[in-house]
Amino acid sequence: MIELIQVEKTFDGVRAVYPLSLTIPKGQIHGIVGTSGAGKSTLIRIMNLLEKPDKGTVKVGEKILTYLSEHELRKARQNIGMIFQQFQLVLNRTVAGNVEMPLELVGVSKKERKKRVEECLQFVGLSDKKDAYPSQLSGGQKQRVAIARALANKPSVLLCDEPTSSLDPKTTIEVLQVLRHIKETLGVTIVIVTHEMDVVKSICEHVTIMREGKLIDSFQIEPQGLLVNEDQYIEDLRKMAVVKK
Amino acid sequence: MEKIISYQSEIWIAIGQTFTMVGFSILAAIVVGLPLGTFLYLSRSGNLYENKGLFLLLDTFVNIIRSFPFLLLVVFLIPFTRFIVGTAIGTTAATVPLAIISIAYYARLVEQSLLDVPKGIIEAAISMGATKMQIIFKFLYREARAGLVFGLTTATISFISYSTVMGIVGGGGVGDFAIRYGYQQFETGLMTFTIIMMIILVQAIQVTGTAISKKLDKRS
Ligand SMILES: Nc1ncnc2c1ncn2[C@@H]1O[C@H](COP(=O)(O)OP(=O)(O)OP(=O)(O)O)[C@@H](O)[C@H]1O
Ligand SMILES: [Mg+2]
Repeated sequence: MIELIQVEKTFDGVRAVYPLSLTIPKGQIHGIVGTSGAGKSTLIRIMNLLEKPDKGTVKVGEKILTYLSEHELRKARQNIGMIFQQFQLVLNRTVAGNVEMPLELVGVSKKERKKRVEECLQFVGLSDKKDAYPSQLSGGQKQRVAIARALANKPSVLLCDEPTSSLDPKTTIEVLQVLRHIKETLGVTIVIVTHEMDVVKSICEHVTIMREGKLIDSFQIEPQGLLVNEDQYIEDLRKMAVVKK
Repeated sequence: MEKIISYQSEIWIAIGQTFTMVGFSILAAIVVGLPLGTFLYLSRSGNLYENKGLFLLLDTFVNIIRSFPFLLLVVFLIPFTRFIVGTAIGTTAATVPLAIISIAYYARLVEQSLLDVPKGIIEAAISMGATKMQIIFKFLYREARAGLVFGLTTATISFISYSTVMGIVGGGGVGDFAIRYGYQQFETGLMTFTIIMMIILVQAIQVTGTAISKKLDKRS
Protein backbone atom coordinates (compact mmCIF):
# COMPACT_ATOMS: atom_id res chain seq x y z
CA MET A 1 0.00 0.00 0.00
CA ILE A 2 2.84 2.35 0.90
CA GLU A 3 6.15 2.06 -0.84
CA LEU A 4 9.16 4.24 -0.13
CA ILE A 5 12.06 3.76 -2.48
CA GLN A 6 15.43 5.23 -1.53
CA VAL A 7 13.91 8.33 0.06
CA GLU A 8 16.21 10.74 1.84
CA LYS A 9 15.89 14.12 3.52
CA THR A 10 18.36 16.71 4.75
CA PHE A 11 17.44 19.88 6.66
CA ASP A 12 20.03 22.56 6.10
CA GLY A 13 23.01 20.31 6.60
CA VAL A 14 21.32 17.96 9.07
CA ARG A 15 20.55 14.51 7.72
CA ALA A 16 17.12 13.59 9.07
CA VAL A 17 16.68 10.49 6.92
CA TYR A 18 19.42 8.60 5.09
CA PRO A 19 18.38 6.83 1.87
CA LEU A 20 16.00 4.06 2.86
CA SER A 21 13.32 1.87 1.36
CA LEU A 22 10.26 0.51 3.10
CA THR A 23 7.14 -1.31 1.94
CA ILE A 24 4.01 -1.46 4.04
CA PRO A 25 1.33 -3.90 2.82
CA LYS A 26 -2.37 -3.11 2.75
CA GLY A 27 -4.21 -3.41 6.06
CA GLN A 28 -1.12 -3.63 8.23
CA ILE A 29 -0.59 -1.76 11.48
CA HIS A 30 3.01 -0.71 11.13
CA GLY A 31 4.98 0.80 13.99
CA ILE A 32 7.99 3.05 13.55
CA VAL A 33 10.07 3.43 16.69
CA GLY A 34 13.28 5.12 17.68
CA THR A 35 14.61 7.69 20.10
CA SER A 36 14.08 11.43 19.78
CA GLY A 37 15.61 12.89 16.65
CA ALA A 38 15.84 9.50 14.92
CA GLY A 39 13.89 10.84 11.96
CA LYS A 40 10.59 9.06 12.62
CA SER A 41 8.43 12.13 12.11
CA THR A 42 10.31 13.11 9.00
CA LEU A 43 9.79 9.62 7.60
CA ILE A 44 6.05 9.48 8.24
CA ARG A 45 5.62 13.02 6.89
CA ILE A 46 7.36 11.91 3.73
CA MET A 47 4.55 9.38 3.26
CA ASN A 48 2.02 12.14 2.46
CA LEU A 49 4.65 14.55 1.19
CA LEU A 50 4.11 16.96 4.06
CA GLU A 51 7.88 16.75 3.86
CA LYS A 52 9.21 16.52 0.30
CA PRO A 53 12.06 14.00 0.11
CA ASP A 54 15.21 15.34 -1.54
CA LYS A 55 15.46 12.14 -3.51
CA GLY A 56 13.53 8.91 -3.91
CA THR A 57 10.02 7.80 -4.74
CA VAL A 58 6.90 7.72 -2.59
CA LYS A 59 4.10 5.46 -3.71
CA VAL A 60 0.75 5.24 -1.91
CA GLY A 61 -1.85 2.91 -3.41
CA GLU A 62 -1.61 3.24 -7.17
CA LYS A 63 -0.25 6.76 -7.06
CA ILE A 64 3.35 7.84 -7.16
CA LEU A 65 3.09 10.97 -5.03
CA THR A 66 6.46 12.32 -5.99
CA TYR A 67 5.31 12.61 -9.63
CA LEU A 68 2.06 14.42 -8.95
CA SER A 69 1.20 18.06 -9.58
CA GLU A 70 0.05 20.22 -6.65
CA HIS A 71 -3.55 19.66 -7.62
CA GLU A 72 -3.20 15.89 -7.99
CA LEU A 73 -1.29 15.71 -4.73
CA ARG A 74 -4.11 17.45 -2.89
CA LYS A 75 -6.53 14.85 -4.24
CA ALA A 76 -4.19 12.02 -3.29
CA ARG A 77 -3.93 13.38 0.24
CA GLN A 78 -7.67 13.01 0.70
CA ASN A 79 -6.99 9.29 0.58
CA ILE A 80 -4.33 9.55 3.32
CA GLY A 81 -5.61 10.55 6.76
CA MET A 82 -3.21 11.91 9.33
CA ILE A 83 -3.34 12.48 13.06
CA PHE A 84 -0.83 14.30 15.26
CA GLN A 85 0.44 14.30 18.81
CA GLN A 86 -1.14 17.69 19.49
CA PHE A 87 -4.43 16.70 17.77
CA GLN A 88 -4.48 19.90 15.64
CA LEU A 89 -8.22 20.36 15.81
CA VAL A 90 -9.78 23.64 14.74
CA LEU A 91 -10.60 24.96 18.19
CA ASN A 92 -13.18 27.47 17.00
CA ARG A 93 -15.24 24.72 15.42
CA THR A 94 -17.38 22.15 17.18
CA VAL A 95 -16.54 18.47 17.18
CA ALA A 96 -18.97 17.90 14.30
CA GLY A 97 -17.55 20.96 12.54
CA ASN A 98 -14.08 19.48 12.70
CA VAL A 99 -15.12 16.11 11.33
CA GLU A 100 -17.03 17.91 8.60
CA MET A 101 -13.97 19.87 7.52
CA PRO A 102 -12.38 17.42 5.03
CA LEU A 103 -15.79 16.83 3.46
CA GLU A 104 -16.37 20.56 3.14
CA LEU A 105 -13.02 20.98 1.44
CA VAL A 106 -13.99 18.62 -1.36
CA GLY A 107 -17.49 20.05 -1.72
CA VAL A 108 -19.65 17.21 -0.39
CA SER A 109 -23.30 18.31 -0.06
CA LYS A 110 -24.52 19.46 3.32
CA LYS A 111 -26.90 16.57 3.74
CA GLU A 112 -24.28 13.98 2.96
CA ARG A 113 -21.76 15.71 5.20
CA LYS A 114 -24.13 15.50 8.11
CA LYS A 115 -24.70 11.81 7.56
CA ARG A 116 -21.01 11.05 7.21
CA VAL A 117 -20.11 13.11 10.30
CA GLU A 118 -22.59 11.09 12.33
CA GLU A 119 -21.15 7.83 11.05
CA CYS A 120 -17.61 8.86 11.87
CA LEU A 121 -18.45 10.16 15.33
CA GLN A 122 -20.36 7.02 16.10
CA PHE A 123 -17.37 4.99 14.97
CA VAL A 124 -15.12 6.67 17.52
CA GLY A 125 -17.85 6.67 20.17
CA LEU A 126 -18.36 10.42 20.43
CA SER A 127 -21.83 10.95 19.00
CA ASP A 128 -22.96 12.67 22.17
CA LYS A 129 -20.18 15.26 21.93
CA LYS A 130 -20.93 16.53 18.47
CA ASP A 131 -21.88 20.04 19.57
CA ALA A 132 -19.06 20.42 22.08
CA TYR A 133 -15.94 22.44 21.35
CA PRO A 134 -12.54 20.70 21.48
CA SER A 135 -11.56 22.65 24.59
CA GLN A 136 -14.34 20.87 26.46
CA LEU A 137 -12.91 17.41 25.74
CA SER A 138 -10.27 15.21 27.33
CA GLY A 139 -7.06 14.47 25.45
CA GLY A 140 -8.26 11.01 24.45
CA GLN A 141 -11.54 12.40 23.19
CA LYS A 142 -9.74 15.08 21.19
CA GLN A 143 -7.60 12.45 19.52
CA ARG A 144 -10.71 10.42 18.71
CA VAL A 145 -12.23 13.50 17.09
CA ALA A 146 -9.03 13.87 15.08
CA ILE A 147 -9.35 10.22 14.05
CA ALA A 148 -12.99 10.73 13.04
CA ARG A 149 -11.89 13.73 11.00
CA ALA A 150 -9.13 11.73 9.34
CA LEU A 151 -11.64 9.01 8.44
CA ALA A 152 -14.26 11.35 7.00
CA ASN A 153 -13.08 10.97 3.41
CA LYS A 154 -12.78 7.19 3.72
CA PRO A 155 -9.00 7.05 3.34
CA SER A 156 -7.15 3.81 2.74
CA VAL A 157 -4.15 4.94 4.79
CA LEU A 158 -3.96 6.52 8.24
CA LEU A 159 -0.70 8.11 9.36
CA CYS A 160 -0.28 8.66 13.10
CA ASP A 161 2.62 10.74 14.42
CA GLU A 162 2.90 10.06 18.16
CA PRO A 163 -0.88 9.67 18.50
CA THR A 164 -0.79 8.77 22.18
CA SER A 165 2.32 10.55 23.39
CA SER A 166 0.47 13.30 25.21
CA LEU A 167 -2.14 10.95 26.67
CA ASP A 168 -2.24 9.03 29.93
CA PRO A 169 -2.20 5.20 29.88
CA LYS A 170 -5.95 4.90 30.16
CA THR A 171 -6.81 7.23 27.29
CA THR A 172 -3.96 5.73 25.29
CA ILE A 173 -5.84 2.45 25.37
CA GLU A 174 -9.01 4.26 24.28
CA VAL A 175 -7.24 5.58 21.20
CA LEU A 176 -5.43 2.34 20.40
CA GLN A 177 -8.70 0.44 20.55
CA VAL A 178 -10.15 2.77 17.99
CA LEU A 179 -7.11 2.34 15.75
CA ARG A 180 -7.35 -1.43 15.92
CA HIS A 181 -11.06 -1.27 15.22
CA ILE A 182 -10.31 0.80 12.11
CA LYS A 183 -7.93 -1.82 10.83
CA GLU A 184 -10.30 -4.66 11.55
CA THR A 185 -13.51 -3.19 10.18
CA LEU A 186 -12.28 -0.83 7.47
CA GLY A 187 -9.06 -2.52 6.41
CA VAL A 188 -7.19 0.76 6.57
CA THR A 189 -3.39 0.60 6.48
CA ILE A 190 -2.11 2.29 9.64
CA VAL A 191 1.36 3.67 10.30
CA ILE A 192 2.15 4.66 13.88
CA VAL A 193 5.23 6.63 14.84
CA THR A 194 5.91 6.35 18.54
CA HIS A 195 8.57 6.18 21.17
CA GLU A 196 6.28 4.21 23.48
CA MET A 197 7.18 0.53 23.38
CA ASP A 198 3.82 -0.43 24.88
CA VAL A 199 2.02 0.96 21.88
CA VAL A 200 4.10 -1.12 19.51
CA LYS A 201 3.75 -4.28 21.57
CA SER A 202 0.02 -4.04 21.92
CA ILE A 203 -1.21 -3.39 18.39
CA CYS A 204 1.56 -3.33 15.79
CA GLU A 205 2.02 -6.24 13.41
CA HIS A 206 5.26 -5.02 11.99
CA VAL A 207 7.89 -2.77 13.48
CA THR A 208 10.55 -0.62 11.88
CA ILE A 209 13.33 0.68 14.07
CA MET A 210 15.14 3.91 13.27
CA ARG A 211 18.29 5.38 14.73
CA GLU A 212 20.02 8.58 13.67
CA GLY A 213 18.14 8.76 10.40
CA LYS A 214 18.79 5.16 9.43
CA LEU A 215 16.49 2.20 9.26
CA ILE A 216 18.32 -0.30 11.42
CA ASP A 217 15.76 -3.10 11.47
CA SER A 218 12.26 -3.99 10.29
CA PHE A 219 10.40 -7.20 11.13
CA GLN A 220 7.03 -8.74 11.77
CA ILE A 221 5.80 -9.13 15.35
CA GLU A 222 2.84 -10.69 17.12
CA PRO A 223 0.68 -7.94 18.65
CA GLN A 224 -0.07 -8.74 22.28
CA GLY A 225 -3.41 -7.03 22.40
CA LEU A 226 -4.72 -4.26 24.57
CA LEU A 227 -6.55 -5.97 27.39
CA VAL A 228 -3.31 -7.20 28.88
CA ASN A 229 -2.28 -3.60 29.14
CA GLU A 230 -5.51 -2.41 30.66
CA ASP A 231 -5.48 -5.18 33.27
CA GLN A 232 -1.87 -4.41 33.90
CA TYR A 233 -2.73 -0.79 34.41
CA ILE A 234 -5.47 -1.55 36.90
CA GLU A 235 -3.22 -4.05 38.62
CA ASP A 236 -0.51 -1.42 38.94
CA LEU A 237 -3.00 0.99 40.46
CA ARG A 238 -4.20 -1.63 42.94
CA LYS A 239 -0.67 -2.22 44.07
CA MET A 240 -0.47 1.43 44.95
CA ALA A 241 -3.72 1.46 46.88
CA VAL A 242 -3.59 2.80 50.43
CA VAL A 243 -5.80 0.64 52.62
CA LYS A 244 -7.99 2.66 54.97
CA LYS A 245 -8.59 1.19 58.38
CA MET B 1 -25.80 73.30 29.39
CA GLU B 2 -27.32 76.13 27.40
CA LYS B 3 -24.06 76.41 25.54
CA ILE B 4 -24.27 72.78 24.56
CA ILE B 5 -27.81 73.27 23.30
CA SER B 6 -26.88 76.38 21.36
CA TYR B 7 -24.05 74.53 19.67
CA GLN B 8 -26.24 71.51 19.04
CA SER B 9 -26.12 71.62 15.25
CA GLU B 10 -22.34 72.09 15.22
CA ILE B 11 -21.96 69.17 17.58
CA TRP B 12 -24.06 66.97 15.32
CA ILE B 13 -22.06 67.98 12.29
CA ALA B 14 -18.82 67.24 14.14
CA ILE B 15 -20.11 63.83 15.22
CA GLY B 16 -21.11 63.11 11.64
CA GLN B 17 -17.64 64.06 10.42
CA THR B 18 -15.97 61.86 13.02
CA PHE B 19 -18.17 58.93 12.04
CA THR B 20 -17.38 59.47 8.37
CA MET B 21 -13.66 59.57 8.98
CA VAL B 22 -13.59 56.65 11.39
CA GLY B 23 -16.04 54.68 9.26
CA PHE B 24 -13.84 55.00 6.20
CA SER B 25 -10.82 54.06 8.28
CA ILE B 26 -12.52 50.87 9.43
CA LEU B 27 -13.56 50.10 5.89
CA ALA B 28 -10.02 50.62 4.60
CA ALA B 29 -8.64 48.51 7.45
CA ILE B 30 -10.91 45.60 6.55
CA VAL B 31 -10.81 45.84 2.78
CA VAL B 32 -7.09 46.56 2.40
CA GLY B 33 -5.48 46.10 5.82
CA LEU B 34 -6.76 42.55 6.31
CA PRO B 35 -5.39 41.23 3.00
CA LEU B 36 -2.18 43.19 3.50
CA GLY B 37 -1.68 41.71 6.96
CA THR B 38 -2.49 38.27 5.56
CA PHE B 39 0.16 38.64 2.87
CA LEU B 40 2.63 39.88 5.46
CA TYR B 41 2.00 36.69 7.36
CA LEU B 42 1.96 34.37 4.35
CA SER B 43 5.12 35.75 2.75
CA ARG B 44 7.15 35.46 5.95
CA SER B 45 9.83 32.78 5.77
CA GLY B 46 8.56 29.29 6.54
CA ASN B 47 4.99 30.17 5.66
CA LEU B 48 2.59 29.29 2.87
CA TYR B 49 3.69 31.85 0.27
CA GLU B 50 7.22 32.32 1.53
CA ASN B 51 8.70 35.20 -0.47
CA LYS B 52 11.54 37.24 0.99
CA GLY B 53 11.18 40.11 -1.47
CA LEU B 54 7.46 40.54 -0.98
CA PHE B 55 7.75 40.28 2.78
CA LEU B 56 10.49 42.89 2.89
CA LEU B 57 8.47 45.23 0.68
CA LEU B 58 5.26 44.96 2.71
CA ASP B 59 7.06 45.03 6.02
CA THR B 60 8.99 48.16 5.09
CA PHE B 61 5.86 49.87 3.79
CA VAL B 62 4.00 49.24 7.02
CA ASN B 63 6.97 50.34 9.10
CA ILE B 64 7.48 53.57 7.18
CA ILE B 65 3.83 54.56 7.45
CA ARG B 66 3.77 53.73 11.12
CA SER B 67 6.98 55.52 11.97
CA PHE B 68 5.71 58.89 10.72
CA PRO B 69 4.36 61.20 13.41
CA PHE B 70 0.75 61.23 12.23
CA LEU B 71 0.51 64.99 11.66
CA LEU B 72 3.58 64.85 9.44
CA LEU B 73 2.08 61.99 7.50
CA VAL B 74 -1.04 64.05 6.86
CA VAL B 75 1.03 66.94 5.55
CA PHE B 76 3.33 64.66 3.59
CA LEU B 77 0.37 63.02 1.89
CA ILE B 78 -1.28 66.28 0.78
CA PRO B 79 -0.16 65.95 -2.87
CA PHE B 80 -1.29 62.33 -2.92
CA THR B 81 -4.62 63.24 -1.33
CA ARG B 82 -5.14 65.96 -3.90
CA PHE B 83 -4.40 63.46 -6.64
CA ILE B 84 -6.91 60.93 -5.27
CA VAL B 85 -9.89 63.10 -4.28
CA GLY B 86 -9.10 66.33 -6.12
CA THR B 87 -8.71 68.42 -2.99
CA ALA B 88 -6.59 68.32 0.13
CA ILE B 89 -9.09 70.12 2.34
CA GLY B 90 -12.26 68.85 4.02
CA THR B 91 -13.64 65.69 5.55
CA THR B 92 -13.34 63.62 2.37
CA ALA B 93 -9.72 64.67 1.94
CA ALA B 94 -9.04 63.83 5.58
CA THR B 95 -10.12 60.23 5.00
CA VAL B 96 -7.15 59.61 2.69
CA PRO B 97 -4.29 59.86 5.22
CA LEU B 98 -6.55 58.23 7.80
CA ALA B 99 -7.18 55.31 5.47
CA ILE B 100 -3.45 54.92 4.82
CA ILE B 101 -2.51 54.81 8.49
CA SER B 102 -5.47 52.53 9.25
CA ILE B 103 -4.36 50.04 6.63
CA ALA B 104 -0.81 49.91 7.96
CA TYR B 105 -1.95 49.78 11.57
CA TYR B 106 -4.50 47.02 11.13
CA ALA B 107 -2.25 45.02 8.80
CA ARG B 108 0.25 44.71 11.64
CA LEU B 109 -2.41 43.56 14.09
CA VAL B 110 -3.72 41.04 11.56
CA GLU B 111 -0.21 39.68 11.04
CA GLN B 112 0.17 39.29 14.80
CA SER B 113 -3.15 37.46 15.19
CA LEU B 114 -2.28 35.07 12.39
CA LEU B 115 1.15 34.39 13.87
CA ASP B 116 -0.63 33.24 17.01
CA VAL B 117 -2.35 30.40 15.12
CA PRO B 118 -0.45 27.17 15.81
CA LYS B 119 1.50 26.01 12.76
CA GLY B 120 0.21 22.49 13.31
CA ILE B 121 -3.28 23.51 12.25
CA ILE B 122 -1.93 24.47 8.85
CA GLU B 123 -0.13 21.15 8.53
CA ALA B 124 -3.35 19.36 9.39
CA ALA B 125 -5.10 21.39 6.70
CA ILE B 126 -2.44 20.51 4.13
CA SER B 127 -2.66 16.85 5.06
CA MET B 128 -6.40 17.00 4.38
CA GLY B 129 -5.72 18.28 0.89
CA ALA B 130 -6.89 21.87 1.49
CA THR B 131 -6.13 24.50 -1.16
CA LYS B 132 -4.28 27.65 -0.12
CA MET B 133 -7.50 29.66 -0.20
CA GLN B 134 -9.20 27.08 2.01
CA ILE B 135 -6.31 27.18 4.42
CA ILE B 136 -6.59 30.96 4.71
CA PHE B 137 -10.35 31.23 4.99
CA LYS B 138 -11.35 28.01 6.71
CA PHE B 139 -8.41 27.48 9.01
CA LEU B 140 -6.34 30.62 9.56
CA TYR B 141 -9.14 33.18 9.84
CA ARG B 142 -11.27 30.75 11.76
CA GLU B 143 -8.66 30.24 14.45
CA ALA B 144 -7.55 33.87 14.48
CA ARG B 145 -11.04 35.39 14.47
CA ALA B 146 -11.05 36.50 18.09
CA GLY B 147 -7.73 38.27 17.63
CA LEU B 148 -8.87 39.84 14.38
CA VAL B 149 -11.95 41.30 16.05
CA PHE B 150 -10.06 42.42 19.12
CA GLY B 151 -7.43 44.03 16.89
CA LEU B 152 -10.08 45.86 14.90
CA THR B 153 -11.49 47.20 18.17
CA THR B 154 -8.11 48.48 19.28
CA ALA B 155 -7.53 49.90 15.82
CA THR B 156 -10.92 51.67 15.75
CA ILE B 157 -10.10 53.45 18.96
CA SER B 158 -6.80 54.58 17.50
CA PHE B 159 -8.61 55.76 14.38
CA ILE B 160 -10.84 57.95 16.55
CA SER B 161 -7.77 59.38 18.17
CA TYR B 162 -6.10 60.00 14.80
CA SER B 163 -9.26 61.62 13.47
CA THR B 164 -9.21 64.25 16.20
CA VAL B 165 -6.28 66.06 14.62
CA MET B 166 -7.83 66.22 11.16
CA GLY B 167 -8.86 69.80 11.86
CA ILE B 168 -5.55 70.85 10.33
CA VAL B 169 -6.79 69.89 6.87
CA GLY B 170 -10.33 71.01 7.55
CA GLY B 171 -11.53 67.53 8.28
CA GLY B 172 -13.62 68.71 11.20
CA GLY B 173 -14.89 66.13 13.65
CA VAL B 174 -15.41 66.06 17.36
CA GLY B 175 -11.75 66.70 18.20
CA ASP B 176 -11.69 69.78 16.00
CA PHE B 177 -14.93 70.97 17.57
CA ALA B 178 -13.47 70.65 21.06
CA ILE B 179 -10.40 72.63 20.07
CA ARG B 180 -12.17 75.40 18.18
CA TYR B 181 -15.19 76.00 20.38
CA GLY B 182 -14.05 74.57 23.67
CA TYR B 183 -10.40 75.45 23.88
CA GLN B 184 -9.94 78.47 21.64
CA GLN B 185 -13.15 80.18 22.81
CA PHE B 186 -12.51 79.27 26.45
CA GLU B 187 -15.72 77.28 26.74
CA THR B 188 -14.41 74.81 29.28
CA GLY B 189 -17.87 73.31 29.71
CA LEU B 190 -18.12 72.54 26.00
CA MET B 191 -14.68 71.00 25.99
CA THR B 192 -15.47 68.84 29.00
CA PHE B 193 -18.69 67.77 27.36
CA THR B 194 -16.97 66.63 24.18
CA ILE B 195 -14.28 64.84 26.14
CA ILE B 196 -16.87 62.97 28.17
CA MET B 197 -18.69 62.11 24.97
CA MET B 198 -15.49 60.67 23.52
CA ILE B 199 -14.77 58.66 26.64
CA ILE B 200 -18.22 57.13 26.50
CA LEU B 201 -17.83 56.35 22.81
CA VAL B 202 -14.42 54.72 23.24
CA GLN B 203 -15.63 52.79 26.25
CA ALA B 204 -18.66 51.52 24.35
CA ILE B 205 -16.52 50.39 21.42
CA GLN B 206 -14.04 48.63 23.66
CA VAL B 207 -16.70 46.83 25.68
CA THR B 208 -18.55 45.72 22.56
CA GLY B 209 -15.39 44.62 20.77
CA THR B 210 -14.11 42.69 23.74
CA ALA B 211 -17.47 40.98 24.20
CA ILE B 212 -17.71 39.92 20.56
CA SER B 213 -14.13 38.71 20.53
CA LYS B 214 -14.74 36.69 23.69
CA LYS B 215 -17.87 35.17 22.27
CA LEU B 216 -16.04 34.09 19.13
CA ASP B 217 -13.17 32.57 21.05
CA LYS B 218 -13.75 28.89 21.79
CA ARG B 219 -10.10 28.03 22.13
CA SER B 220 -10.07 27.59 25.88
N1 LIG C 1 11.85 21.42 9.73
C1 LIG C 1 13.07 21.06 10.16
N2 LIG C 1 14.12 21.91 10.03
C2 LIG C 1 15.35 21.56 10.45
N3 LIG C 1 15.65 20.39 11.02
C3 LIG C 1 14.66 19.51 11.20
C4 LIG C 1 13.31 19.80 10.78
N4 LIG C 1 12.54 18.74 11.09
C5 LIG C 1 13.36 17.83 11.66
N5 LIG C 1 14.63 18.29 11.73
C6 LIG C 1 15.78 17.54 12.26
O1 LIG C 1 15.81 16.26 11.70
C7 LIG C 1 16.13 15.27 12.66
C8 LIG C 1 15.01 14.24 12.74
O2 LIG C 1 13.84 14.87 13.25
P1 LIG C 1 12.45 14.13 13.44
O3 LIG C 1 11.48 15.13 13.91
O4 LIG C 1 12.13 13.38 12.21
O5 LIG C 1 12.81 13.13 14.60
P2 LIG C 1 11.84 12.22 15.48
O6 LIG C 1 12.38 10.84 15.41
O7 LIG C 1 10.45 12.41 15.07
O8 LIG C 1 12.07 12.77 16.94
P3 LIG C 1 11.02 13.05 18.13
O9 LIG C 1 10.84 11.76 18.83
O10 LIG C 1 11.73 14.05 18.97
O11 LIG C 1 9.77 13.57 17.51
C9 LIG C 1 16.36 16.02 13.95
O12 LIG C 1 17.75 16.20 14.10
C10 LIG C 1 15.67 17.32 13.77
O13 LIG C 1 16.31 18.35 14.48
MG1 LIG D 1 8.65 13.27 16.00
